[in-house]
Formats: sequence, C-alpha cells, structure tokens
Amino acid sequence: MSAYIAKRLLAAIPVLFGLTIIVFLIMAMIPGDPATAILGSYATPENVEKLNRDLGLDKPLLQQYLIWITNLFQGDLGRSYTLNRPVLDEVLERFSATLILAGTALVLCSVLGLIAGVISAVRQFSWVDKTITLVVLIGISIPSFWLGLLLILVFAVNLRWFPASGMYAIYGGGGPLDLMHHLFLPALTLAVVATGVIARLTRTAMLEVLRQDYIRTARSKGVSENRVIYRHAFKAALVTVIPVIGIQAGFVLGGAVYIETVFQWPGIGSMLVKAISTRDLLLVQGGVLVVAAAYVLFNLAADVLQTVLDPRLR
Amino acid sequence: MKRFLAAAAAALSLAFTSPSFAQTPPNVLVVGQIAEPKSLDPHAVTAVNDFRILMNIYDGLVRYKDGTLEVEPALAESWTISDDGTVYTFKLREGVSFHDGAPLNAEAVKFNFDRMLDEEHPFHDTGPFPLAFFFSSVDTVTAADDLTVEFKLKEPYAPFLSNLAYPTGLIVSPKGVEDNGADFGRNPAGTGAYKFAEWEANAKVVVTRNEDYWDGAPELEAVIYRPITDANTRIAEMLSGGLDIMVEVPPDSLQQFRTDDAFTVHEQAGPHLWFLILNTKEGPFASKEIRQAANFAINKTALVDNILQGTAEVAAGPTPPAFAWAYDEDLEPYPYDPEKAKQLLADAGYDGETLTFYVTEGGSGMLDPIAMGTAIQADLQAVGMDVKIETYEWNTYLGLVNPGLEGKADMAEMAWMTNDPDTLPFLALRTEAWPEQGGFNSGYYSNPKVDELLEAARRSTDQDERATLYREMQSIVQEDAPWVFVANWKQNAVTRASVEDFKLQPSFFLMLQDVAKPQ
Repeated sequence: MSAYIAKRLLAAIPVLFGLTIIVFLIMAMIPGDPATAILGSYATPENVEKLNRDLGLDKPLLQQYLIWITNLFQGDLGRSYTLNRPVLDEVLERFSATLILAGTALVLCSVLGLIAGVISAVRQFSWVDKTITLVVLIGISIPSFWLGLLLILVFAVNLRWFPASGMYAIYGGGGPLDLMHHLFLPALTLAVVATGVIARLTRTAMLEVLRQDYIRTARSKGVSENRVIYRHAFKAALVTVIPVIGIQAGFVLGGAVYIETVFQWPGIGSMLVKAISTRDLLLVQGGVLVVAAAYVLFNLAADVLQTVLDPRLR
Repeated sequence: MKRFLAAAAAALSLAFTSPSFAQTPPNVLVVGQIAEPKSLDPHAVTAVNDFRILMNIYDGLVRYKDGTLEVEPALAESWTISDDGTVYTFKLREGVSFHDGAPLNAEAVKFNFDRMLDEEHPFHDTGPFPLAFFFSSVDTVTAADDLTVEFKLKEPYAPFLSNLAYPTGLIVSPKGVEDNGADFGRNPAGTGAYKFAEWEANAKVVVTRNEDYWDGAPELEAVIYRPITDANTRIAEMLSGGLDIMVEVPPDSLQQFRTDDAFTVHEQAGPHLWFLILNTKEGPFASKEIRQAANFAINKTALVDNILQGTAEVAAGPTPPAFAWAYDEDLEPYPYDPEKAKQLLADAGYDGETLTFYVTEGGSGMLDPIAMGTAIQADLQAVGMDVKIETYEWNTYLGLVNPGLEGKADMAEMAWMTNDPDTLPFLALRTEAWPEQGGFNSGYYSNPKVDELLEAARRSTDQDERATLYREMQSIVQEDAPWVFVANWKQNAVTRASVEDFKLQPSFFLMLQDVAKPQ
C-alpha cells in the first residue's frame, strides 16, 4: 500500500510542474500586465515601463520562470504585487480558511447525503422517498450563489440569527463557537448540491445492492433488518459512493470560489479571482499550485479509502 | 449520545442568539470597504479604497478645505511661492509628532520626497512608488532649518500644491520606514487623527484615536475598516447591523436605504468625468460636425436618470463642476437633439460608415459601462449611425485604448477622477499628449490654442488667472467636441442613523476626523 501511495505521489510531481508552466504562460499571454492594473488611468507607457522594471517584470519570460522555480525549491513563492506580502503567507492563510469551509461542507454533504440516500432506498416509493427525492432535486437545481444570497437575506438580514459575512466577529470574536456561527450558512450553501448528488447515488447504489442474492440469503438466515441494511448492504454500497464523494470534494473546492465571494469568506477561491483580475502572477501561481496539490491528494485519499473498503481492488 | 446532542444544541442556540454581532459598539465606527488594502504606505498605493484609510492616519503639508477642492494649511502652517513659480517654501507646524514619537520636522519631510524620487536613496527600495510622477517636477528638497522646508521645481508647475494634498503627498514617519523597511506598509505611522492599531489580513484594519492630534482629537475611539468585495454582501452587512458606513452603494439599492429611517444616504459630486473618446484622426469623427452630431444624438439625461438612476449628473464639458474655482458655470451641456444631429450628419456628408465602439466590462470609475454603451449605441443608431460594439475586460481594455485608437476604433468609453483641473486636459487633450509621446490623448485631438492655454495655466501661480485660462479652454474644447461629454458621478455613502457629522468630500476621500457615533 505505501509503495502505491509513494508511486501516486511521485506521479503527481510532473503534473504539478506542468501546471505551473501552463499557468505562467496563460498569465503571460492574457493582455494587460500588473503595472497597467496598478496604475489604472495613469498607465502611460513611460510609467508602465518604470513600474515593470521596479517589479522585476522587464526580464525575459523564461528567466522570470526560472527565478520563480528556483525560489520555489527554497520554499519561497515570492511577494504579491497587489498585497505587498509574501505569497506563501497569504496562500496558506487563505487555503486553511477554504479547507475549513470545504471540509465542513464535505462532512455535511456526506453525512446528509448518505442518510437521505439510505432512507430513500430502504423506503423506496414511500412518501418519505418521494419527499427526499423532491428536496434533493430542488437542491441539485438551485444555483448556489443565489441560495447563498437568499440565506443571507432570511437568516442574517431579517432574523439576524447568523452573521452575513466573514469568518470571525469583527470585535470580541474568535474561538470555535464564533467560527461555527460564521461557518454555518456558507458551509450549508456549499453542501447543498453535493448532498443531492450523493443522496441520489447512494439511493441507486443501495437499491442495486439490496437486490443482490447475498442480501436475500442474509435475510432468509434471519439476520435482523437493521444489520442487513447497515452491515451488509450499506458497506457494499459505500464502495460505489466513496469515489463520488472524492469527486464531490473537488466540486466543493471549486464551488467555494463563488460561495467565498458571496459570504466574504477569506478563502483561496476569492483570492484567486482577485489575483487574476489584477494580473498578480505570483499569487495566481502560488494559489493554483496549492489547490492542484490538494486535488491530487483528495483523489489519492479517495482511491486509498476505496481500496481499503473493497477487498477486490487490492 | 442523545444527552450530548441536546447539550450541543443548547450550547449552539446560546451562541447563535448572542447579539454581540448584530450591533456595532458605541464610539467605534465600522466602515465597509470594497477590497482589502494593498498597503498602508501612502506612497506605494494607487487605489481610492486604500486612500479612505490613509487620509485618517496621515496628514500632508496641505489638505483640501472642507467641502472644496481648494488647498489649506495642514502640517505646513504657511508657505510662500517665488515669483517665477519654481520655489515653494513651507513653514511647518511646531510640536507635531508622528505616532511612533518621532518629531515632524523639515528633515522628515525631505526624507519623504527623497525616498520616492531619488533612486539612490537608501530607502527607495521600500517601493515601488507608482504615483511618484505626481512630483516629477521637483528638483530638490532642502531643510532650510528645523521647521522650514524648501522645494525647488524644475519648471513652474501650478498643480504642485493640490498634488501635495493628494494621498501621494501624505507624510510618513522616517523612523517607521527605517525600522520596518518594506513592511512599513503593514506597520504604518503618520501624524493623523487616528493611529494604526491592527491589520488582520482579509478581515479588518483597526485604527484608534490619536489623543495628541494637532487639530483636536477625534470623538471616535476607533475605526474598523472591513473589506467586503461583493456589493450584495456589503448591503446585507449594512442591513444586518455589521457596518456603520458603506460606500459605493449600487444605484439599485440606494432607493431601499433612502426610504428606511434607520439609514442616511449621502451624495456628493466629485472630480469625475465619464466620456467617450472620439478618434479625430481618421474615419467619420475626423469631422467636427460629426463629433458634435454624436454629442447631440446621445440622450445623456436618460443615461443618468435611467441607467445610473440619478447617481450622476449630465456633464457639460471636460472639467467637472466639482472644481468650482476653475469651472465655467455658463457652459451648458449639449442638449439631446436628434434632429439637429441628423442635420449635422447630412451637412457633413456622413455616408453611413460603420463605427467601431470600444466598451469595457468594468473598471475604476466606469459606472455601468456595458448598459451605458448599449444605450449610446441605440441613440446613435436612431440618427442613422451604424455602431458596432467590441467589449473587453478592463486591463485588456486599457492596453487597447491607451496606445491610441488609430486603426482600431472610432470611439471608446473612458472615465477619470483627478485632483486638479490641470490633470485630465493636460494628460489627455494636448497635442503633446498623443499616445506616442506618452500621454493619454488616445483620440489625437489637437488645437494649438488649447495647448497654449493649458501650458499657461500650468505655469501660473495665481489661482484666479488659472481659473480664467481653464474656463476659456473648456468652451473651446466643448465646441471642438473631441469627446462626447456624458456624466459626472456623484459619490454616495450610506450611514447608520446613529452616525453623526459625517460628510462626503468632493475629493472622494473619506474624512472621519469629526465623525461621532455616541450609540
């Protein structure tokens, strides 16, 4: 197993490496440069040239990339032009905020999705199943940024139960309770679509498994219904569902981009959007690198978990 | 398990009903900003968003008089200008210190300008200083004695004083720069009404009352600036009690705040101009009649009332009325007159040639550029001008427009916010400001008389004389119509009703020295 993990991790290195080159090239190809973005209406050719020189952007592209990659191996991701602080500090801070948000959303959607899917399958065609299916369908179809705004309107503006934005209270904040308080609405919004997908899939997988011969055998041997469902059927269904949760982890991370914007969550998604529009090359590079590495790790974790659960894959 | 869940639920409901987040505390003002600041070093930043914080931490030698764009003494008590307009001598206020305890003296002022302008200065590498060219006319800065500082200019440059009142002219603590180097922007020290206290990245910047402020300590104990990039989220925070002031309220939401007694809406016209650059070098707009026809054909009142929902006023000429001292009150905007436009087009022999119109998706001061571009297209279509729109993202857009429209487009949207009536016409209307000479005259307008007036106004040190020259320039430019003059934006802000003595300034800076919030 550890050899497998090591092999997968090694295979990720060229992927990440290639990615940094692609991002670098794309950022170089799109029109506009940081100096123009910083100077705005004062971007005369003369001012742009001087500022680019001050920022070290007058060097040839290849040289810029080599400087960047050399520094990377020394753990230095450079300094952001727009934020005037080390890229690494900003990226790590932002990424941990995203992990908290996406992680909570992932736990929420896994738990809710699995429960809803199992209940739906066990009570197939009952009113419970129909209600869950309807709710799930609505959940999948709602655009999440709209849902986010709606939740803000109801729970922050009208009821004032939850804060409208941010990660901690602005004064007297801090601590896990304050964090949970701020986390609830964005995590819920982010989890809704994935919950629907997981619920639908769990339902199908469970129905599939429940029709298998060994389930009938178990029932005929007098195994209790609870045990049949949770020990025999659910465990088998989970093998199909886990990779989907792995993929959903990717979607949740991607979805965080606009949920973060709506809720002003200081995560990496909103940071990347801003960095691209201000042509903050180093910040984009650092952010993309960390997000891509996380993707690779999530997928790996899902694969490993699947292997553990399914003896046939070993 | 059940008991644990019940306990957790109880704990949560307690936490969630605590009102701590719903109201901002008395004497602490929470300001909704549109973005995280880049830096709190006034010489390193260019964004109005950052200026809103800086103007409260620092002072300049001079500042804008309340409610105007005319300069008055600040850190400098008085000044004299030599007859030839090249030597400015400032007498500094006595007994002023920076927040870090260092004294404000002539050496400190010299340090500030040398750091920005002299590439050999030991702290020049704490930049870059993108707007240092505001002071490119400065030759030398000398500390004549402890409280007298002398600026020698390379040539007479009338906007020098108002540039000193701009955030790039704010005075930073040399000790702060020496101690913190490039990180000064995160550990700022000035002489202003508020001292820097804390900057939590992506969450808040906190400044607290400077008890020793030379112009009287402010009422507020602290100001907290919160970056909230999404306008809808900013509005939700304002409505749910998380903010005391928000700026740049979208027109759609302004009405909602107007009808609610819990809020006060503030508006103030500023030195902003939204206009269309016309390509006077080639194509139909090379003809003055066709340029005037475009000015007559576009219904500016409809743009301002319907698309901008009253958040702007119709512009008459190249100078915004906010520069009251230099503005020509007699100038009337081109009226909306499609018949006259058709007549002019016929007289000029316009043959229905298709016009390329550059439109941006957004950008600083651009208001609602796509909707405005489409409405303008429809107005021009109505008088028989065939207009093809090309839309670009802001940075791409600047990369296309700033080098000049020749060979690419006939017209382009543009907006400027400036601090002196000299800036925009000097950089965008003179013959010597054509793009190949490093200026912003992307439409290649050229009128020797205008060039002469602008040169003279820049050399004069007498405000009345400058005003006369600018007024003459405005009527010539309006008649020549190198641009379509569309709108002057009114800055807006919404405050909670408990906020007292808040006032927007024509400079668009957010001055919080006199604001109070007793509850």
